[in-house]
Amino acid sequence: MNITTILFWFLSVVALFSALMVITNKNPVYSVLWLIVTFFAISGHYILLNAQFLAIVNVIVYAGAIMVLFLFVIMLMNLNKETEPQKNRWLRMAGAIAGGCLLLVLVAALKDTDMKQQLAMTNGGNIGLIKNLGKELFTTYVVPFEISSILFLSAMVGAVVIGKKE
Amino acid sequence: MQNALQIVYLIPLLPLIGFLINGLGRKHLSKSVIGVIGSGVVLASFAISIWVFLQVKGGNTHEVHYFDFISVGDLKIPFAFKIDQLSSLFLLIITGVGFLIHVYSTSYMHEEKTEHFGRYFAYLNLFIFSMLLLVMGANFVIMFIGWEGVGLCSYLLIGYWFKKTEYNKAANKAFIMNRIGDLAFLIAIFWLIQKLGTVTYSEVFIAANLAKLNATDISVITLLLFVGATGKSAQIPLYTWLPDAMAGPTPVSALIHAATMVTAGIYMIARSNLLYSLAPFTMDIIAYVGLATALFAATIALKQNDIKKVLAYSTVSQLGFMFLALGCGAYTAAVFHVMTHAFFKALMFLGSGSVIHAMGGEQDIRNMGGLSKNLKITFITFLIGCIAIAGIPPFSGFFSKDAILLSAFAKNPVLYGIALFTALLTAFYMFRLLFITFTGKFRGTHEQQHHLHESPAPMTIPLVILAVLSIIGGFVGIPEVFMHGGDKLGEFLSPVITNHSEGHVSHSTEYMLMGLSTVLVLGMIAFAWFKFKNYQRTEEKGFGKVLENKWYVDELYDKVIVNPLHKLGGFFNSIFESKVVDGIVNGVGRAVSYTSSKFRLLQSGQVANYILLMVGSMVLIFVLQFFLKR
Amino acid sequence: MPINYYIFLSIALFAIGIVGVLTRRNAIIIFMCIELMLNAVNLLLVAFSKMHHMKALATDAATTVGTDGQLFVFFIMVVAAAEVTVGLAIIVMMYRNIHSVDVNFLNRLKH
Repeated sequence: MNITTILFWFLSVVALFSALMVITNKNPVYSVLWLIVTFFAISGHYILLNAQFLAIVNVIVYAGAIMVLFLFVIMLMNLNKETEPQKNRWLRMAGAIAGGCLLLVLVAALKDTDMKQQLAMTNGGNIGLIKNLGKELFTTYVVPFEISSILFLSAMVGAVVIGKKE
Repeated sequence: MQNALQIVYLIPLLPLIGFLINGLGRKHLSKSVIGVIGSGVVLASFAISIWVFLQVKGGNTHEVHYFDFISVGDLKIPFAFKIDQLSSLFLLIITGVGFLIHVYSTSYMHEEKTEHFGRYFAYLNLFIFSMLLLVMGANFVIMFIGWEGVGLCSYLLIGYWFKKTEYNKAANKAFIMNRIGDLAFLIAIFWLIQKLGTVTYSEVFIAANLAKLNATDISVITLLLFVGATGKSAQIPLYTWLPDAMAGPTPVSALIHAATMVTAGIYMIARSNLLYSLAPFTMDIIAYVGLATALFAATIALKQNDIKKVLAYSTVSQLGFMFLALGCGAYTAAVFHVMTHAFFKALMFLGSGSVIHAMGGEQDIRNMGGLSKNLKITFITFLIGCIAIAGIPPFSGFFSKDAILLSAFAKNPVLYGIALFTALLTAFYMFRLLFITFTGKFRGTHEQQHHLHESPAPMTIPLVILAVLSIIGGFVGIPEVFMHGGDKLGEFLSPVITNHSEGHVSHSTEYMLMGLSTVLVLGMIAFAWFKFKNYQRTEEKGFGKVLENKWYVDELYDKVIVNPLHKLGGFFNSIFESKVVDGIVNGVGRAVSYTSSKFRLLQSGQVANYILLMVGSMVLIFVLQFFLKR
Repeated sequence: MPINYYIFLSIALFAIGIVGVLTRRNAIIIFMCIELMLNAVNLLLVAFSKMHHMKALATDAATTVGTDGQLFVFFIMVVAAAEVTVGLAIIVMMYRNIHSVDVNFLNRLKH
């Protein structure tokens, strides 16, 4: 069992555990913090897959910007354990069962696929490096890239319009 | 244009155009315009028909294919016309006699309001159109379209005076009775499609395809077609509509009886003669039914007092003769009789119309008498018609009836005996009608007597033309014994009709039979003369009363079929409809509204519930996709 | 690592996200669960990209196969960031109007 395998299992366990904590924790602030842990674990996976650029972006954008935004909002509303709305038990059970069924079905459906022998390259391959991705991004994908800036602009305008007091 | 066959489509198209113009413009056109259009289109069709006939006579037959009417899988039913000897002959009869009836109608119907006048001519044109479609179609489906078309038109025309309930009932009766036969015809068509995959004559009537059918198929198909023919051509047991069809205007009766409609059954069987020749059993049935109808209708005609009813039963009887000929395999004789019958029956109907016109709508011959003085042309032409139908040489009826009697004799002398007896009855009741109507003293009211007058020229000219045709019409089919090669009609029709006679009659026998029938008919006429020259009204008693009431067949049908159906209908209406059907319908409605009131709860408006359902559905889809597929 | 492991890990994360959406009533948590689901998909995309890259490397040492997969992830992040701004703005507005982030109050869909 080499270090890569150990790291993979460790990161997987961390990701799954923290994801579970996200949905089970009663306090929204804790949920946000656990989600950040999940994102870090996923970033770890990216590094394991030698996708360094995405790992960094994931940490900066998701764990950094987006989750902080969430945190701000939650604190702004002063949400805590006491104000957390609770579903009735049967509905929660139904939801858990439905999600479990989906998991079961997907796993059962995919476990016999012929991709069993395929490997995902870890610790190697340089396509995940900033240099290569950047080259591709500013040549082949330059138009979508520019358009995404317009998307940001419109999202910003939208957020301002929705958020301002009338 | 070199070839008349290129414009055959105009023959049915012109009456259709006339129908559209008259039907749509009946409120705006004047009577004379309507009359000219109505008659003119038929005349034009007649002209083209003559042209076509001459072409066909020159050996130029053709099948004109326009487009595929139905195309389903391997089954292709083309919209095509078949122009050959048989159809061209029928074209002549339909358009020729039809034209004369149109001309006659312009005068006869002149007292109708313009609007109804236009409606009348529109129907007449549609009638001609349907009948032309029937005879011109190159397959059974096109024939069926025309077949239904004439059924519809007969309904419309019999119920032309739709304000009288009994006339509407007569129209309904005609329509429904026909429908029974039509159903059999339709089943026969389906059967043919099922067995052969085609209904086109030229494909059905070839040896290779006929060989594909086994004896049962042929028997069933021919029998079903025959049932269809009994409906349209008024044979036992579906004949009762025809006498009731007298409710329509007299020219309509002439059209139905002479040129169109009732000859459809004869045409169909003559057209399918190759098929029928393979079905001896059906042939026997046709012969017996035809003969029974002929005799039965003739006995009824003996005691009828309505001038048109006598003629109607006479038509039924004559149609019986034609079916007898068909059943004996003498298809040519049947077609021959169709032709001559068209002449003299149209003549007599139009003549009776002239009488009714003169009598101011009176139809009961007991109130007539001595009309020969006032209605000279009508009387003479009517007399010619009577002589023709009675079968006295050299009038047309003699030749055709003789051919039928001869074929019956060849099949079975007993058939001949009954047929001859029926022919004698025919002579008797026709001359009874003639003598009661035109001789003796006038028995109507003074007002009617004062009113008596000969009909105007548009009515008498067709009478004269038809009278001439009734005299000379028989010469196209002179029997071989008189003149070698005299049977022009048989020669003409030989490419399409293969006669299927079962025996041969020697010349001496043939002479003897002709002489016998002629002498007996003359005797019958003399007997009628003595009995009816000074007719006095008497009440019928005993058997005569049974005959006067048409053997009570209508009452029998009422008792056995109509009333039980009414009862059943009443039962279904009151019990079945209200309880069971309504119960089911309302129950379905209630079940739907109940379940939907339950299902409505699913629409909680809660996004979470929707998502839950969505996930559940996704699971379901995945399950179906991945597990059930294996 | 065998690609199967990544597939099952992603499915598990995704399912956890769905269960979160189904069981929680807090709009912000639901939103977070959606982010979690997006990340599960991202992880799988990267794994697949590396899988294809590995296969292509066997024949061509200078291949760039698999880059598009990672760029896709990049664009998903872009869209997610935009989505979060708008989504959070909506939640803030909702809180301002009904003083709660409980989605059960959002039952106007019925009407």
